[in-house]
Amino acid sequence: MRIAYFPGCSLHGTARDYGESVVACCRALGVELVEVPDWVCCGASTAPTLSHRLAVGLGAINLAQAAQVGDAVLAPCAACYNRLKMAGCAAQTEPKLLDGLEGVEAEKVAAVRVYSMPEFLVERYGLDALREKVTRPLAGLHPAAYYGCLLVRPPDVCQFDDPEQPHSMDDILRALGGEPVVWYNKTDCCGGMLSPTRTEVVSALTQRLVERARQAGADCLVTACPMCHMNVESRQAACRDGRLPTFYLTDMVGLALGLRPEELGLKRHLVDTLPLLQAAGLA
Amino acid sequence: MARTGVFVCHCGTNIAKTVVCEQVAQAARAMPGVVYATDYRYICSAPGQQLIQEAIRDQNLDSVVVASCSPRLHEPTFRRCVEEAGLNPYLMEMANIREQCSWVHDDQALATAKAIALVRAAVAKVQRNEPLFSEQLPLTKRALVLGGGIAGIQAALDIADAGYEVLLVERSPSIGGHMAQFDKTFPTLDCAACILTPKMVDAASHPNIRLLTWSELESVQGYVGNFEVTIRQKARYVDAELCIGCAECWVRCPVKNVPAEFDEGLGPRTAIYVPFPQAVPLVPVIDKEHCRYLTEGKCGVCAKRCPKDCIRYDDEDKLSTEQVGALVVATGFDVEKGALYGEYGYGQYENVITGLEFERLVNLSGPTEGKVLRPSDQQPPQTVVFVQCAGSRDPAKGVPYCSRVCCMYTAKQVLLLKEKHPETDVYVFYLDIRAGGKNYEEFVQRVQDEFGAKYIRGRPSAIFPSGDKLVVRGADTMLGLPVEVEADLVVLASPILAREDAKDVARKLGLDTDQHSFFTEAHPKLRPAETLTAGVYLAGGCQFAKDIPDAVASAGAAAAKVVGLFAKDSLESEPMIAEVDEASCVGCLNCLEVCPFTAIEEKQIEDPRTKQVRTVASVNAAICEGCGTCAAACPSKCITVKGFKDSQLLAAIDILAV
Repeated sequence: MRIAYFPGCSLHGTARDYGESVVACCRALGVELVEVPDWVCCGASTAPTLSHRLAVGLGAINLAQAAQVGDAVLAPCAACYNRLKMAGCAAQTEPKLLDGLEGVEAEKVAAVRVYSMPEFLVERYGLDALREKVTRPLAGLHPAAYYGCLLVRPPDVCQFDDPEQPHSMDDILRALGGEPVVWYNKTDCCGGMLSPTRTEVVSALTQRLVERARQAGADCLVTACPMCHMNVESRQAACRDGRLPTFYLTDMVGLALGLRPEELGLKRHLVDTLPLLQAAGLA
Repeated sequence: MARTGVFVCHCGTNIAKTVVCEQVAQAARAMPGVVYATDYRYICSAPGQQLIQEAIRDQNLDSVVVASCSPRLHEPTFRRCVEEAGLNPYLMEMANIREQCSWVHDDQALATAKAIALVRAAVAKVQRNEPLFSEQLPLTKRALVLGGGIAGIQAALDIADAGYEVLLVERSPSIGGHMAQFDKTFPTLDCAACILTPKMVDAASHPNIRLLTWSELESVQGYVGNFEVTIRQKARYVDAELCIGCAECWVRCPVKNVPAEFDEGLGPRTAIYVPFPQAVPLVPVIDKEHCRYLTEGKCGVCAKRCPKDCIRYDDEDKLSTEQVGALVVATGFDVEKGALYGEYGYGQYENVITGLEFERLVNLSGPTEGKVLRPSDQQPPQTVVFVQCAGSRDPAKGVPYCSRVCCMYTAKQVLLLKEKHPETDVYVFYLDIRAGGKNYEEFVQRVQDEFGAKYIRGRPSAIFPSGDKLVVRGADTMLGLPVEVEADLVVLASPILAREDAKDVARKLGLDTDQHSFFTEAHPKLRPAETLTAGVYLAGGCQFAKDIPDAVASAGAAAAKVVGLFAKDSLESEPMIAEVDEASCVGCLNCLEVCPFTAIEEKQIEDPRTKQVRTVASVNAAICEGCGTCAAACPSKCITVKGFKDSQLLAAIDILAV
């Protein structure tokens, strides 16, 4: 299986651990990742606040580039995913916005299928195929699947999973032999880009997330968004039981496929994951 | 030789300020065929009309032009006026020198010249008008009321009391509708069943009402005064003539766990059942999906126990055809099941229920015998949160409209809960309080002041479990603070929706629905009980969400229309309708294709010349609205609208070019 890969600014930068995890995981799954040629920043949170045309344009340019590789693109960063998907929708409903962009044809852009990490695993790779590759089931771990706000919303853009009670990551974790906990804050915001400017807001929100996850019996969080990951890791205050480790979805897949923590960039995490993994027999 | 009279109205200063009426009358006197012309201050008044009538008699007029306001205002007035003087009412034309002249121009000279031109055109037309006469159409003075809720029952009673036969068709086993499910009703706190059941009994025992329950409307043919309806009486498996409602069968039925529709699935019923103890008729039906005898051939206890031998396992649906003259649609509404907002967890968390489900809990005849208990553990809740606007007033995810009744029924539910369990902590999240009825505002204030309910203005953003409680997360927008309430039970005031199959019913009846599938009335302000289909009227919640007083009022309005229709001996058709010249009609039926009112039919005639049978178009005088679309579409100009013939209209146009 071959698919275009859009790392975005984060997976080569501050979320390098996620990038390493995605690459290692896909290699183990037998998925060939072809980085989108000459990709540009997706615009993230900034572009839409400045100009709708800029936001759509940036996404469309990336999709046009991705189209050179194939009919689909994997965007593991939740914000990049959301931006690219929005651009694809806009290419259908407001094609005039793309006038004047060299090499960007609205039809071609709209035809590129954009996948998030959970979406790719469920819809393209398939849970059955995934289950077959598991060599080291995740039994002993009680993850809380944390979706954040960008993976499944807005529903008419993402058109994947339930926007209020999502379950795709839970299904994946179960396919990997894990026992995700039942909890009710799956789509609660982590504070996103307020981290540097209104840190107290992010602290309060992540504090609540971690508390609720703990109350539900979780020993770790699993996320597919580098912003959520960074916020939860860096802003949760230490408590009596220490900080709650936070994994990427691809970490879980990689571990279940027998990869070692170093291969998945786990040493770069701010909250040490090794004690938990060793206790669960996964490291 | 024409003898036309022209009457120019001043309309006070409305016309006279801008148009010199004496000059218009003077100019009219010089027009060909005009033998009399005058002006007067208010022609629509009694002396004004008398002026016209005297002139018709004294001057032997054969046609009249009234130069005044818009025909939309006084055409019927002046038609009646000339008819009383012995002139055919269609030999009167109006020239609109007010809305189309004096009201839109300032220059007196130019306006007066225009008024004269308008009169000239009207004179040219009226001199080519022909006398027109209405046809008498037969009229069946029987009504069919579709739907046996409070609106249908009231409409049936009103029509029956006026002396006409009514067929009341209800799809569930008993009449009563949603009102039968309610506990006490706002603002009087009358028990719904106590005020409804007498009406139900009246409807069943009224000599003019025939009740057909467990029945559906299969199809409708025909037109106002002459409808042919086919009704499907579903197989009851019980002989309704013999049944005495003794309850032996449903008490003995071994299948006891079918979720009861009447209890919104919160409690069970048996396979042979009546929906509630006060059902009318008190005759059970067998649910063929769950009856052991009908599905597996086992059991048969009801047949064995029935003292009157009423059970008929071999029963079948029956189709019957009835002739009626009018239809009242009273098919009611549905309450949304609470699942519009996934973040409220309805369906996931047992203790999140809808307002209608709460009504069943608090009702003595409900599954918990009137005790408000949490569905999860049957324990009384210590804190109850009511969420208003749980889907209404939301163009993004819910319905954009206000469901009208929820503010009031929520307040009532709070009152009933506090009356039974005064120690309960009650919160109501609301956006606004809509209490615009008689004694409604006072009722809500009383609930807040006397019963101590805490009203918080803000729509909750999430409801999620925490231990065995539910956390309702919202905002108190008056304080500007986020709010979290730990509740044991959450009641969602979910939207009032049109029935799921409203569009299918509309199609059968030829009715329009709006984008929310509520039936469309003829005019939202002035004709709320009628539809654009003559002879079909609306009552109750099927037209839009409404409370019981409004439902009863709308039923009375619909009944009044029916009774008004039946008060005539026959129907008079509108004469200014399309007419086919069968001699030149080639039967292409283009007119039939384009008619928006399906008023044109195919007709076979024997050609008088060739003696061969051929197809021509035929206009149904009862339905045709005279819109003229057929006349425009006819390639051989053989279908025309009476009173608007080409020759008449062209004469009016041509005279302006002179």
